Amino acid sequence: MCDTCGCNVTPGNAHLVKPGGRLSKTENGHEAIDVLHGLLDANDHTAAHNREHFNKHGVLAINLMSSPGAGKTRLLEATIDALKDELSMAVIEGDLETENDASRIRAHGVPAIQITTGSACHLDAHMVHDALHQLDLQQLDIVFIENVGNLVCPASFDLGQHRNITLLSVPEGDDKPAKYPVMFRTADLVVLSKSDLLPVLDDFDPDKARRYLRELANSAPVFELSAKNADGMDAWIHWLLAELASLEQQSGRLAAEPA
Amino acid sequence: MHELAICQALMEQVERIAQEERADQVLSIHLAIGPLSGVESRLLEQAFSVARAGSIADSAELVIESMPVQVNCKQCGQLTEALPGRLVCGSCGDWRTSLISGDELELRHVELIRQTAEDSFAPARRSYNS
Repeated sequence: MCDTCGCNVTPGNAHLVKPGGRLSKTENGHEAIDVLHGLLDANDHTAAHNREHFNKHGVLAINLMSSPGAGKTRLLEATIDALKDELSMAVIEGDLETENDASRIRAHGVPAIQITTGSACHLDAHMVHDALHQLDLQQLDIVFIENVGNLVCPASFDLGQHRNITLLSVPEGDDKPAKYPVMFRTADLVVLSKSDLLPVLDDFDPDKARRYLRELANSAPVFELSAKNADGMDAWIHWLLAELASLEQQSGRLAAEPA
Repeated sequence: MHELAICQALMEQVERIAQEERADQVLSIHLAIGPLSGVESRLLEQAFSVARAGSIADSAELVIESMPVQVNCKQCGQLTEALPGRLVCGSCGDWRTSLISGDELELRHVELIRQTAEDSFAPARRSYNS
């Protein structure tokens, strides 16, 4: 996959390619170097590299994040069932342990690459890059990356995705956006999952969840959805197809431009 | 606890800079961190005290500047301070704001000792644009 794009460039030296390093002397004669690098430059470099791969093949990359048990895998199962006749999909699964989620996805006839992170609480761009080597992007329309269930750490790592989806399940409570601002601020779409539980957990107010999200200056759409009884699936599928169409239009435009 | 992973990335950057500059010792490392970066300074400091052992930054001081959360209102144009979990305009209360400061996660400055390089290779200015 990476025969032309410079995989052999070690990601750790990406920051050295940037201009702006500066050397001066402090009063006591020590050298002082002004650098201004992002601490995650190495990760961001690999993420940009992943994104290039997705773009080159016109593959939409979706990063799914939520706390554990919010229904990410269940949403993916329902999504695969709804779209498998018209689209080709694959899933990259991030979990601390087990192949359980990948097995669930494979049972729906879609390739799944399981990344077991051990004790790591998030996926990073390098892990996703390794997983991409096991997928034939040429054959795919959408790659879903199911991040490790965690509302904190995954938010700090760009994976090369096009869109971030954050699930907030009804049992978790409607104030999660205010409590986990780093995660919800980066969401391009928020899914209020397990909406079939709203009648019994009536202290969850979807409007309140929306308001907390807006107070993070985030105008992302909010969908109420139950993968169990398929309520709200149409809006989600429609959103996905629109994102895919817009990506294809974009890459078509790029391909049409003279080199 | 992703601060360990981030500290590791920091150490790689610092060691590479020290090597590039032919430094013998790193005296201090200066970071800028905002609360919306998702990184806890206290945890990063703890991770650093372990990660620096045996490295060129063995006795280096980690100096973290905490950046304020500031938003610019798209409605009234005011620049105001905000809370990490509530990025509304402090003046008119509108939610349509853009973040000016608060998500930084940056290595800004490294202080080094370079005893042996003066006579051999000591450029006054060193560009990373190689």
